[in-house]
Amino acid sequence: MKREYVYRAFERFWHWMQAMLILFLGITGFEIHGSIRFFGYDQAVRYHNTAAISFLILIVFAIFWHFTTGEWRQYLPTWKNLRAQAEYYVFGIFRNAPHPTKKTVLSKLNPLQKLVYAGLKALVIPVMVVSGLLYMFYRYPHRYEVLGLNVGGLEVIAVVHTIGAFLLVSFFVAHLYLITTGRTVTSNLKAMITGYEELPEESDEKKSSVEANEPVLTK
Amino acid sequence: MKRIFFGLMVFGMVLGMIMLALHGKSTESTPLAKLNEQYAKKTKASVDHSMFQQLKKRFTKPQEVTAACISCHNGRHTEVMQSTHWNWERTEYIAGKGIRAIGKRNVLNNYCIGISGNQQSCNRCHIGYGYSDASFNFSDSLNVDCLACHDNSATYVKAIDGAGMPDKSVDLNFVAQRVGKPDRTNCGTCHFFGGGGNNVKHGDLEQALFDPTRDVDVHMASAGPDMQCVDCHTAQKHQMLGKMYSVSSMNRNRVECEHCHSAMPHADDVLNEHTYKVACQTCHIPIYAKVNPTKLNWDWSTAGKLKNGEPYEEKDSSGTDIYMSIKGSFVWGKQLKPDYIWFNGTASHYLLGDTLDPSKVLEINTLYGSYDDPDSKIYPVKIHRAKQIYDAENKYLIQPKLVEVKAGDGGFWKEFNWERADEEGMKQVHLPYSGQYGFVETEMYWPINHMVSLKEQSVQCAECHTRENGRLARVGGFYMPGRDYSTIVDRLGVGVLILTLIGVILHGTARVVVYRKRKDVK
Ligand code: HEM
Repeated sequence: MKREYVYRAFERFWHWMQAMLILFLGITGFEIHGSIRFFGYDQAVRYHNTAAISFLILIVFAIFWHFTTGEWRQYLPTWKNLRAQAEYYVFGIFRNAPHPTKKTVLSKLNPLQKLVYAGLKALVIPVMVVSGLLYMFYRYPHRYEVLGLNVGGLEVIAVVHTIGAFLLVSFFVAHLYLITTGRTVTSNLKAMITGYEELPEESDEKKSSVEANEPVLTK
Repeated sequence: MKRIFFGLMVFGMVLGMIMLALHGKSTESTPLAKLNEQYAKKTKASVDHSMFQQLKKRFTKPQEVTAACISCHNGRHTEVMQSTHWNWERTEYIAGKGIRAIGKRNVLNNYCIGISGNQQSCNRCHIGYGYSDASFNFSDSLNVDCLACHDNSATYVKAIDGAGMPDKSVDLNFVAQRVGKPDRTNCGTCHFFGGGGNNVKHGDLEQALFDPTRDVDVHMASAGPDMQCVDCHTAQKHQMLGKMYSVSSMNRNRVECEHCHSAMPHADDVLNEHTYKVACQTCHIPIYAKVNPTKLNWDWSTAGKLKNGEPYEEKDSSGTDIYMSIKGSFVWGKQLKPDYIWFNGTASHYLLGDTLDPSKVLEINTLYGSYDDPDSKIYPVKIHRAKQIYDAENKYLIQPKLVEVKAGDGGFWKEFNWERADEEGMKQVHLPYSGQYGFVETEMYWPINHMVSLKEQSVQCAECHTRENGRLARVGGFYMPGRDYSTIVDRLGVGVLILTLIGVILHGTARVVVYRKRKDVK
């Protein structure tokens, strides 16, 4: 095993900010939606708007970071090992089998993560941002002397935004649990806090696959 | 290097958030302070009418007072005679009916129904002397009652059933020497008592406004800006600004809050944005009939019951009439949440002789508007419901004769005979009466504009943005966050969330169980 610097400072900052903002946007959003009562409607709207703007700023920085560092390639979905990874969560994990995908600094996401995160980044979050912005600037014709967006009605925008919100909140729950499925129960969490993680070395990997006698890994 | 970049970024974000949080919470809005200052200054009359010789000579008839007024205020009477206060009629365009002269002569209501045949009593509130029947001469300037509006002594009253003549108790000289700009007493004497009693008609105009507290009305509060009716209902050449949709139908000549407060008076953008679709009154008049009850329902069909041959009245525990032999049964309400409708400032009216469908509720006045119409906003209204008499064969509303002027003239309030009252009343409006009558359900819409509350008491977000029983629960045509949602999306969404939770819990439990077993084996 080798201690490696996996998550850099900005990445960790971005990750935790994003997590907090999505949680907060979820709570305030579903208060606006009428599902829960927490802050009071007026505060929920105010907080949701403020958090949404912060989220947008964060997204701009994150996009910049992803492209300047080339980290965006980490999220390119792949079929390779996808099945194996799924099988791991369904069977392997209960047999204490090793992770089918080796986590390295250059490839820190397993194929399932790649798929889900790519879906979030390329689909759900853009849909939330666009529908959220439409929601925000819908019919503000004279606001700041700028002609706003005169949409016929809010319904479609709101329903799309709500669908995305349900997906994000469900993802959030699953994600919280999946944190515990690292090499040890807390290794993922520690890594995202400190940036460092014990990653298997070439030799470890061989050893473990021999021990576990998992056919998948010999492919 | 990296550290500095990172630090700057965090700093920038924190700064951004603080700025956003502060944004919209600007300091005390100065326009409001300016308005307060402006209306706190009360103008004093520039002349003292008690000094004028013309007003010292003994007046025996009110018309002599009018002549004295005109002798100095040369030509003013012609302005008055062009006003709706005098003519009780205005020419308006009504959708589907074209351009019509409408007013109390041809528009009915669902309170005391109409003036025709009843002028002797109803026209006490006309600004003239002797409008006792349809033959009144509207071009005789001496019949203009200057004092009704300009008396500042608060002693001028018109006689009951006097067709607008002053009461015998009035000292015309005393009043004439104390004239000035109209105040709430002048306007309120008629406008607070429409429908035959305090607050009967409007619900937001009543005697509590003679001397209101700030809780009742922020504008008129005696210990406050103490605004008078004419501060908003300003006049040019005796043509008053403002109108009522019980008798007018066009979107013009309206008094609007925006005249003083601007279209976007809030410090908060989210609130300002509401002003595109929501009238100021909707949030700022959370309740009406704050002090005394207003009539909500009037059932004429029960009128005419007698005890030992005599008419009688019944009151509820608070002393309000709930039955009167002369008028029927009433339902009153106090401290009411208004109803809300889309309204674009135009209306239609049931006009005398229009046919009706007795199986449906008849709208005496229809207020137009919808979400899709850019001129429409959500307005608060009082809806007054009634059962009133109609001609069952000719299928139109009846103008009954209510007031008895001469013995045996058919006045219902003396004879309690609908056939006679209908016959005599319909003669007055020149419509045939079949002899068959029934009672039809009717509705009237009264926009609520007065009794503006303190800003702390305005309607709160969640009173409308809520799934259950919100104030706007029945206002349709649009999606409102917090009230509306897609049932399918909500069911599926909650389903996905619950499945995720169950999956996570099962998976986690299984892992723990397996882990324990393995440890035991070892
Ligand atoms: C940049 C991203 C976002 C923007 C710009 C945005 C903006 C908005 C706006 C303007 C509203 C309407 C609030 C109002 O009525 O004033 C809204 C509603 C809502 N938002 Fe967001 N939001 C964003 C992200 C999110 C996220 C991440 C979630 C959930 C995790 C979320 C959940 C909701 C929900 C559930 C509603 C209520 C929808 C309805 O019932 O109509 N939003 N959002």
